[in-house]
Amino acid sequence: MLYSQKVLDHFSNPRNVGELADANGIGEVGNAVCGDIMKMYLKIENGIIQDVRFKTFGCGAAIATSSMATELIKGKSIDEALQLSNKAVVAALDGLPPAKIHCSVLAEQAVRAALSDYYRRQGVDPEPIVGKIEEDPHHCESCDTCSH
Amino acid sequence: MEKRFVYADHSATTPISKPVLNAMLPYLTEGYGNPSSIYSKGREAKKALEAAREQTAAALGAKPSEIFFTSCGTESDNWAIKGAASAGARKGKKHLITTNFEHHAVLHTMQALEKDGFEVTYLPVDAEGLITAQQVQEAIRPDTALVSIMYANNEIGTVLPIAEIGAVCRDAGVLFHTDAVQAVGQFPIDVVRQKIDMLSLSGHKINAPKGVGALYIRNGVAIDTFMHGGAQERTKRAGTENLASIMGLAAAITIANFEIEERAERRRAMRDKLIDGILSTVPRCRLNGSREHRLPGSLNLSFEGIEGESLLLLLDMNGICASSGSACTSGSLDPSHVLLAIGLPHEIAHGSLRISLGDENTMEDVAYILEVLPGIVQRLRAMSPVWEKLMQEETK
Repeated sequence: MLYSQKVLDHFSNPRNVGELADANGIGEVGNAVCGDIMKMYLKIENGIIQDVRFKTFGCGAAIATSSMATELIKGKSIDEALQLSNKAVVAALDGLPPAKIHCSVLAEQAVRAALSDYYRRQGVDPEPIVGKIEEDPHHCESCDTCSH
Repeated sequence: MEKRFVYADHSATTPISKPVLNAMLPYLTEGYGNPSSIYSKGREAKKALEAAREQTAAALGAKPSEIFFTSCGTESDNWAIKGAASAGARKGKKHLITTNFEHHAVLHTMQALEKDGFEVTYLPVDAEGLITAQQVQEAIRPDTALVSIMYANNEIGTVLPIAEIGAVCRDAGVLFHTDAVQAVGQFPIDVVRQKIDMLSLSGHKINAPKGVGALYIRNGVAIDTFMHGGAQERTKRAGTENLASIMGLAAAITIANFEIEERAERRRAMRDKLIDGILSTVPRCRLNGSREHRLPGSLNLSFEGIEGESLLLLLDMNGICASSGSACTSGSLDPSHVLLAIGLPHEIAHGSLRISLGDENTMEDVAYILEVLPGIVQRLRAMSPVWEKLMQEETK
């Protein structure tokens, strides 16, 4: 498994790791059975992501993509955060091994799940804005106990 | 303690030792003759090859005519299983017996044979990672062509009752093959006393180079040829012999058998200090596989709430080489089939660590691992939402 220097840097010195006590948007995606779970905490004020934290159970790439995703959305508007794609996370990390691309999808979905939670707390139906969240987007095909 | 380099992955591969290298060097330079050639340079090579065969046979209690050099442990496994299967099929025997926690070299070979119409019984190992001779006995049928059961497991290090299984198979008149890649050099092996018909071994697990192995086939056992071609290895395994590596393998297996018990005892002491040290300092951590029936240098642990790859990366950043399950599976997202076979839930199987010690490891290495590992586990748990949930459940 060959990781770029950027991945190893974000893995060994993850940015924005931890919890946010005053978060107003929290999202969790993934599945421990398949080996990764990401939890994203957002503090949103006036449509701007003032602060962000994450917690991740997973491989090196899962931790690095979570860390990079928080860096890419911190201080940005909700609209900009909604534009965050897994490809942008991969590019910012100078690439990921093919078997680990699903981690970047998980990071993108974690951000969207947290934004959905934010809208829900505001009494707004998130689905027309954020779209459908795939809580377990990588479908670990070969593990026989999950029925996804 | 200062940062140090600790190689603790001897079940993956081992360094070539100095005496092994010295045994090889003449055959990488002036001793380049082809053992099949008629002139003196060829005859000298042939003489060396046969001496290597004698040494290898002696290490297993076998006769030289029962040793066939191959390119690796995987080739030995493939040859033994496919060769016995196709020979058996001609006599109407199309049933094979193995376990559900074999190395992929055996497991995937069995699965390939299933596609060719063979029926395979996969004996389930228990929670300790063991099977009994009785399980084997009960699975044997009149149409069983082969029983193939590993000597010691490559991931969790459990050791199976090979002599008892050998006796059961011999009594039933069924061929018995064992993949002993992890066991050679760890215990004295005697193919006669243990009633083993075929045994696979690999050079690079015992300080010989990669790319060389051997298959022991008991005299009188007829299996089909796997590699067709020239008349090498008494026409059973074609291909010009990898002489330098074979010389290395023969030296390595001889050295591995020297003071085998004393050296195993030393590794056992290091292994036990690691097991006790980790289990007593890290909460919610378990030893996988029987504590008693275990390779002297091998341990496998699961840490709840964390994932194995990130653990390995942080260990590596601290100079420690270890493994998460088998290195062969590290490209896959699935947890190890071995850990699932002993009944671990997927989420716990993901957080596993294999440490395998060799002769060059020291108690200082052990102390260093014990100093570094708990902090790494703690660090990963601090950022794990799974661990957070476990702690919330604990305080409830």
